[in-house]
Amino acid sequence: MALNFTPPTQNARILSVGAYRPPRIVPNSEIVDRIESSDEWIQQRTGIQTRHIAAADESLIDMATKAATQAISRAGLTADQIDAVIFATISYPYQAPSAATELLIRLGNTKAAAFDISAACAGFCYGVALATDMVQAKTSNNVLVIGGEKLSDFTDPDDRATAFIFADGAGAVVIGPSQDVGIGPTIWGANAETREAITLEPSYLDYKNNPGKTDLGWPNISQQGQTVFRWAVYEIAPIALRALEAAGLTVDNLAAFIPHQANERIIDSLVKSMKLPDSVAIARDIRTTGNTSAASIPLAMDALLKERPELHGKSALLVGFGAGLVYAGQVVELPPVPKQ
Amino acid sequence: MALTQDAVLAGIKEIVVEVAGIDANLIAMDKKFSDDLDVDSLSMVEVVVAAEEKFGVKIPDEEVTKMATVGDAVNFIVANGK
Repeated sequence: MALNFTPPTQNARILSVGAYRPPRIVPNSEIVDRIESSDEWIQQRTGIQTRHIAAADESLIDMATKAATQAISRAGLTADQIDAVIFATISYPYQAPSAATELLIRLGNTKAAAFDISAACAGFCYGVALATDMVQAKTSNNVLVIGGEKLSDFTDPDDRATAFIFADGAGAVVIGPSQDVGIGPTIWGANAETREAITLEPSYLDYKNNPGKTDLGWPNISQQGQTVFRWAVYEIAPIALRALEAAGLTVDNLAAFIPHQANERIIDSLVKSMKLPDSVAIARDIRTTGNTSAASIPLAMDALLKERPELHGKSALLVGFGAGLVYAGQVVELPPVPKQ
Repeated sequence: MALTQDAVLAGIKEIVVEVAGIDANLIAMDKKFSDDLDVDSLSMVEVVVAAEEKFGVKIPDEEVTKMATVGDAVNFIVANGK
């Protein structure tokens, strides 16, 4: 027997963005001695000058709560009006229960649907895709999408390939109903044959199955830089352009480009191969924030809107890419000037 | 038509000049990308991808890490090109 259900539809948009950066700013000079590097070398390879690192007693959820609270308030909402929370992260230190439910407790709203997604640096754009579908189908009304990371907990300060890249922070958006279409189609997928390029190992079972083995080490992120760079630069530009085309825009009527802040050299290369004109504002938050994985796009969005307030309500192309390897991109209308 | 060493070297010179912005006269078979030509590991990726396009040859990541000199890259492309 067929069930009685006519899918309802409505439009969705980003209502607001919130951001939290831990107060401690770490310059390259504090990192270089342990990896025999230099400020100049790090800036030339990545564009990173400084990054924010959370205090030892400042948790991922502490940071996420601040970003989420700001986003909810800027949307003119209260926490009890959020009916779903999607938390994108790879650095929550528990397998279960989820980061999203710990955030619910902190927000004082324990009833909303809540779950985490593991899509690394693409996690925020994956979350935007899900939230958009949920609002459009009226499964939920106001969805909080949060990207938060405390990558300093999972980065080896002696690893010459990663020590200077990863950092901490949280960014959030509220996605809710809209008169007009405020979020374009998502283009997403994976290149799973390259899943060894970025890893966070060993696994829980490696410890369980090797009792007494002392050289397993702490699970840290490792990355094959050249492989990831090549993939990011040459596979992601066409994906981003497809997302732009799917939204019915061209590079000439796009207002802003907010890619995952992995490395400024990747951003430069994407801008060049996509032939973005000077009229497009390019997010370069990487310089003072480092690579915060799932948090990087909402943090960069917040920074860009602070620097260029005229971009409120204008179109922005988002594209996230990272461990998996996975990617997702979509055009969004940037949130309006905050209500509060 | 098979690629000649001279033709590939000329093409690599053009690419390295474009990517690294250095004088073409400094580029020769025995020059090391990183030490002599200031082509770092990320610029090397750009050189490799441009070379793949120019010569219609696939250069896997594990081969890239072995290419220390301009000659290494030229010889790989000559041997594996069409």
